[in-house]
Amino acid sequence: MAFTNEQLERYSRHIILSEVGVKGQKKLMNGKVLIIGAGGLGAPCALYLAAAGVGTIGIVDADAVDLSNLQRQVIHTTADIGKAKVLSAKESMEAINPDVTVRAYREFVCAENILDLIADYDFIIDGTDNFPAKFLINDACVLAGKPFSHAGIIRFKGQLMTYVPGQGPCYRCVFGAPPPPEAVPTCKQAGVIGAMGGVIGSLQAMEAVKFLIGKGELLTGFLLTYDALNMEFRKIKLPKNPGCAVCGAHPSISAPVDYEQAGCAWK
Amino acid sequence: MAEIRIDAAVDITDVVCPVTFVKAKVALEELDDRQILSIRLKDGEPVQNVPRSMKEEGHQVLRLTDNGDGTFTLLVRKAE
Repeated sequence: MAFTNEQLERYSRHIILSEVGVKGQKKLMNGKVLIIGAGGLGAPCALYLAAAGVGTIGIVDADAVDLSNLQRQVIHTTADIGKAKVLSAKESMEAINPDVTVRAYREFVCAENILDLIADYDFIIDGTDNFPAKFLINDACVLAGKPFSHAGIIRFKGQLMTYVPGQGPCYRCVFGAPPPPEAVPTCKQAGVIGAMGGVIGSLQAMEAVKFLIGKGELLTGFLLTYDALNMEFRKIKLPKNPGCAVCGAHPSISAPVDYEQAGCAWK
Repeated sequence: MAEIRIDAAVDITDVVCPVTFVKAKVALEELDDRQILSIRLKDGEPVQNVPRSMKEEGHQVLRLTDNGDGTFTLLVRKAE
């Protein structure tokens, strides 16, 4: 595959980097990333991955764009209100970079569809806003041997970690099981600063890019937390849990499970 | 001056900085180690920047020749 002059210009800031170069840009163009959730995290992540020229990007979300989304979900515009988020996201991504193939899946992830959804992708982005989906994505990625980036944001705080099969803990090693429904407020109840999605979702895009080009150190074996009010980042080393229900020595989970959603998690 | 055997050539007079270097870098990546690329480039910014960037990446700049028509020819040996 030879680059056109237009592609050389579009990706020049990447190709100039010795860690990327032509080979790295080709890896990005051959890369396939699935973004689950076209919201606060998924929006910036999808924009950066599309701009970077990641060849195939899947985006999964069943919701439609709502006025209250626009404070942080920068991939959607006021004119998109009422439109399926995945279509609105696809239009924005293709407008930024027509080189990219965007596959839109207008559905929520569940035990039944998750393995099929992730099967064709190299790297998965968890941009969801609820615990059942986060555990579902973790378990499916562990079972299918797929690397993924976990992230969560609320109020002025955010966190992320990266899972790569065979390297470090999974999300369930660290967090065990979802909290009881209603025990933890959702973003909708608790609020979140819009730029938090930008910070953490962009870090997820960065992890995907590093994974695809095969350079640098991923956030495996660590949880990175960001406290915006105190302007503190912490990188916490985390061990694998040998008794983990999905990736431990004697796992009890052998297929993805649906946990009960908190009532308010559904629109 | 000894004759230098050129393995490939690229013309970067049709693009502007930083695509000049990018286009040369792309051409160089197609070559094997120690092969020689001939680069046709414009006077001014390309002549100032492209040889320097090539050296920074570890490649060997062999010769820069003024073609007398506002362009130069740069010979670079790819780093091992």
